[in-house]
Amino acid sequence: MQLEGKAICLGADIDTDVIIAGRYLRTKDRQVWVEHVFEDLDPSLGRRLPGSVIVAGRNFGCGSSREQAAVALKEAGLVAVVAPSFSRIFFRNAINVGLPVVEGECRCASGDLVLIDLDEGVVSCGGARTLIRPLTTRMQEILRAGGLAPLWRAKK
Amino acid sequence: MRTLSERILGARAGDYVDAAIDRAFVHDGTGVLTLEAWKDMGCPGLAHPERLYILFDHIVPANNSTTAALQKELREFARKQGIHFSDIGGGICHQLMGEGEVLPGEIVVGADSHSCTLGAFGAFATGVGATDMAAIWASGMTWLRVPETIGVRLSGSFTGAVEAKDLALTVVSKLGMDGASYQALEYIGDGTKSLSMEGRLTITNLATEAGAKTGLFYADDVTRAYLLEFGHRVEPQVPEPCTYTNEVSIDLGDLEPVVAVPPRVDSARPVESLEGLHLDQVFVGTCTNGRFEDLQRFASIVRGKKVVVRTIVIPSSAEVLRKAADKGVLSTIVAAGCTIGTPGCGPCLGAHMGVIGEGEVCLSTANRNFTNRMGIGGSIYLASVATAAASALKGVLTVPEVNHAT
Repeated sequence: MQLEGKAICLGADIDTDVIIAGRYLRTKDRQVWVEHVFEDLDPSLGRRLPGSVIVAGRNFGCGSSREQAAVALKEAGLVAVVAPSFSRIFFRNAINVGLPVVEGECRCASGDLVLIDLDEGVVSCGGARTLIRPLTTRMQEILRAGGLAPLWRAKK
Repeated sequence: MRTLSERILGARAGDYVDAAIDRAFVHDGTGVLTLEAWKDMGCPGLAHPERLYILFDHIVPANNSTTAALQKELREFARKQGIHFSDIGGGICHQLMGEGEVLPGEIVVGADSHSCTLGAFGAFATGVGATDMAAIWASGMTWLRVPETIGVRLSGSFTGAVEAKDLALTVVSKLGMDGASYQALEYIGDGTKSLSMEGRLTITNLATEAGAKTGLFYADDVTRAYLLEFGHRVEPQVPEPCTYTNEVSIDLGDLEPVVAVPPRVDSARPVESLEGLHLDQVFVGTCTNGRFEDLQRFASIVRGKKVVVRTIVIPSSAEVLRKAADKGVLSTIVAAGCTIGTPGCGPCLGAHMGVIGEGEVCLSTANRNFTNRMGIGGSIYLASVATAAASALKGVLTVPEVNHAT
């Protein structure tokens, strides 16, 4: 699985409250989450997500287990998130909704091209290649299917 | 020679296991998305409805038509499928699961990050998202990576007004917000003996704030006595010598009342260093500090006095509320001028009553102080019940007096 997008650089400890605030959770309308994604961090950020790769610091997605955070990023058109580490629930949620998440170190310059090769286990940021922590076979299978629900349907 | 997590999951740290889940719960917030994911999977049936729980606590009672409609669907689903169900006002999911449901040695998952709370019983308890939960509904199983473990070795006992929350915030600050990522915390040592079951639940509740997968206490005489009240006879879990990736030692007698400064939970500072900070609201409750002991401690401090800042007190369950009413704790709190909310999460996540305004400061006994969490432009300071009570009486952040905790 190969992915590419333009880098959006974020810091460490990006919590799920700032990805999508609690006040927008009481709906099934995914468009609401897309409209308000990152509103409390930077209201302009949501518009830049389509075709982009977030390159963040440690502990991305910490805090609440709300899967709406991963869904909002995926539905907004984000290609992937690269970070040295993720909060574990967000990490599972992202894989389960088909949003590639990659544990790796990447020197981030806003707008640089980020290339991710999940099969080779490498990420390239602005031309500099580094190794990523490989995803398990099961995680890759879920991602290839576009998420756990589509995989489940396919296996039925 | 295994950690408690390794014993319960039956494999070594770093291994992946497919675990049969003993109990799985969602609340009204995550339940909606779980049901959507379950439908998206093609309504695959429920492997063990008797192991499933739907517990309304986030927006209770419903605040508008949209929420009411979402809750109606989930309520009807629970009843039709024979899933354990608790309606509005029943209480917070983590509290209800701790009222005689979860037992030592079980594998428990909740669709909520604070599901690690139940590790206080010597269970392996952790949070998952909605899609993972939908797969658990369908199969009764989930995959787990057996975590490495950090040992938190406790000695001594609390002195003065220090309580479990001060320890919990201190541990998170020592480790950092991701200091225990992908790992479990085991609370060990002689100091654990002096901690009540309710205090232990406060401590494991904050394990996730250090990134931990769960926090565990070994079941002992305290656990046994607590669960006996609910008619369960359980055996103690005897620790084996084992290897921790890291060990943190804390003498409970060295601790002092602390406050976590926004927007980070790992920012504990002595209350004394910020004494006098203006407060607009005090909030006592949540899955961290809304238990009977908490309300009792709060009442003991405000008894016969009046709070001078708006103060919201929310029992964590109907049972806690009933007990508080029976023992006169509730009337003491109301007489002191506090407002009582419906058992549930209250304003902790800023989605229901008790939201704070732009520029306002709330002193809260909850577990998160992230940006805008309790309301846009508001700030949240996290502290113990004793600190909240002492501060409510002064209207500013106040160090609780030594005899308050007794």
